[in-house]
Amino acid sequence: MQNSTPAKIEIVDDVSHTLLQCRGVWTLPHLNHVAYILETLHPRASVIWDVSQIDEIDSAGIALWQLYTRSFEQEGIESKLVGVKQDQDQLYKLLYSKPHEALQPPKEPSWLFILGRETHQNVLGIGKFLAFLGEAFILLLYTLLHPSQIRYRSIMAHIYATGATALPIIALSSFLIGVVVAYQSIVQLQKFGADIFIVDMIGISLTRELAPLITAIVVAGRSGSAFTAQIGAMKMTQEIDAMKTMGFDPFTFLVWPRVFALMIVMPLLIFFADLIGIFGGMVIAQAQSHLSFSEFIHRLQGSLPIKHYIIGIVKGPFFAFLIAMVSTYRGFQVSLNTESIGLYTTKSVVNSIFLVIACDAIFSVLLTELKL
Amino acid sequence: MKRIMIEARDIVTAFGESIIHDHINCTVYENEIYALLGGSGSGKSTLLREMILLQRPQSGTLKVLDFDLETITPLEAQSLRRQWGVLFQSGALYSSLSVGENIAMLYHENTDLPPKLIDELIALKIDLVGLPSHARYLYPSELSGGMIKRAALARALALDPKLLFLDEPTSGLDPLSSRQFDALICELRDLLGLTVVMVTHDLDTIHHSIDRFALLGDKKVVAEGTLNEVLQINHPIVNYFFQKGSYGIES
Repeated sequence: MQNSTPAKIEIVDDVSHTLLQCRGVWTLPHLNHVAYILETLHPRASVIWDVSQIDEIDSAGIALWQLYTRSFEQEGIESKLVGVKQDQDQLYKLLYSKPHEALQPPKEPSWLFILGRETHQNVLGIGKFLAFLGEAFILLLYTLLHPSQIRYRSIMAHIYATGATALPIIALSSFLIGVVVAYQSIVQLQKFGADIFIVDMIGISLTRELAPLITAIVVAGRSGSAFTAQIGAMKMTQEIDAMKTMGFDPFTFLVWPRVFALMIVMPLLIFFADLIGIFGGMVIAQAQSHLSFSEFIHRLQGSLPIKHYIIGIVKGPFFAFLIAMVSTYRGFQVSLNTESIGLYTTKSVVNSIFLVIACDAIFSVLLTELKL
Repeated sequence: MKRIMIEARDIVTAFGESIIHDHINCTVYENEIYALLGGSGSGKSTLLREMILLQRPQSGTLKVLDFDLETITPLEAQSLRRQWGVLFQSGALYSSLSVGENIAMLYHENTDLPPKLIDELIALKIDLVGLPSHARYLYPSELSGGMIKRAALARALALDPKLLFLDEPTSGLDPLSSRQFDALICELRDLLGLTVVMVTHDLDTIHHSIDRFALLGDKKVVAEGTLNEVLQINHPIVNYFFQKGSYGIES
């Protein structure tokens, strides 16, 4: 058994038939060669398989024989088998006890069908998200009537996880944004000798638009994905089903604490990003056009009306609401297979960043029309 | 004397402070269905994981198919892995692949066979474990619990292994499917010359299809042998496990 002479096949052509003399070990690791010989074989009117000298055979060996017997049959060539041992016969009977029907793989639907199906599903998806929001708000009303049910501890934990621990990455990204904006504008402004306007540029663009947007994008990537993955994992391990049976409502326990925490944290993070971003601009202003920090701050007080700053901060809770709602909703959509967690986490981040930018655009148009 | 397939000598396993195995021994011979039995937390699954190179014992020697698992080289380990099949409790099918692709992967990675033959082999294995032939195009998320077990068995049998490890093969199956599963394992053992090592709790399986077993308890192997041999032993864990004197199996 241990001396593994690889599978061999000798082809003896006679006038009326082809004799296939099989020998050696017909097991999976040794069949490669024989399979390719059989593939190129063009037998005469009938084939005789002599299997008496096969030392060992496994299901792959039997499948090989069966496969080519069938393909010879299709060419109208008869096959005969001689020298079958009892154990080989038993194995054959085990493997081919039931008739095998040839099975066509399921057909790929046409692109038109796929387009239609995806569109339909997306339209339904919007409806489902609205239903999710509706259910969440009804439960919010109920919870507000019974304030003892609000999960303060959970809100605190999420404030820490989504806010305090996000400070370093927010600081880094907003500092760099401040640097980039200052650097690019200073080159242009110097052409007109209008270096001093860098202060207005930095102050208004950062506080009103850039800091809120950058913060929201970082939070969507960081906390939004975490929300989806957390809730998705709970769904997979049936924790959410367990909560429901115990009367712990998932909206009260999982959704609203995250939404509230993010809505509280986001304005604070935007304020923090404002500070660091302006500091980044100050550093560049001093390095590139020798504008000292005190001059910069003095100029900033005059050139940055408070409304820009307030508009930036007010956007925070709106962005936070969108991010938290979309990411928890996507978490609940996770199904029982492992792939869906990755799929819905991706969807959650993509959707929330898109919604944040769309919301920002609406703010921009509305506020400009209102002359703010 | 039959060939020894797995030999465990003086195995000690501990997770931090808590000792799981305290110098345990067991032997699996060729062509037998061997079970690791014991209550929850008795370390039978851990022992199985050690046998299939997922975990290392703290001390002791463990030989599988004459390879010493402590000194095994990565290449030897690769060839050893090709000679066994493992059925995990939850199936552990790759969820991004269909059942057919789950099986095909093993052929593509380990052999050079023509696609036609691989196709035939996949159909064979799916048939062998009693799945309907269209199941090869289904994804694990579309299968029921019993079908997942069968598909996972088909995958474990793909390379015609010498050794088959089963972790609770009949858990989550209805009684009839469990018996069919047991019968299938016995038939495969007879015809393919398999050696089967399983962790099980199913008393019917223990009664009808297992040749020998080790009963783990209290960090030791309390008893090893055939059912009749073990039932002669008067030991609190044996008595408790087989519910001697109340209901369950009478000696």
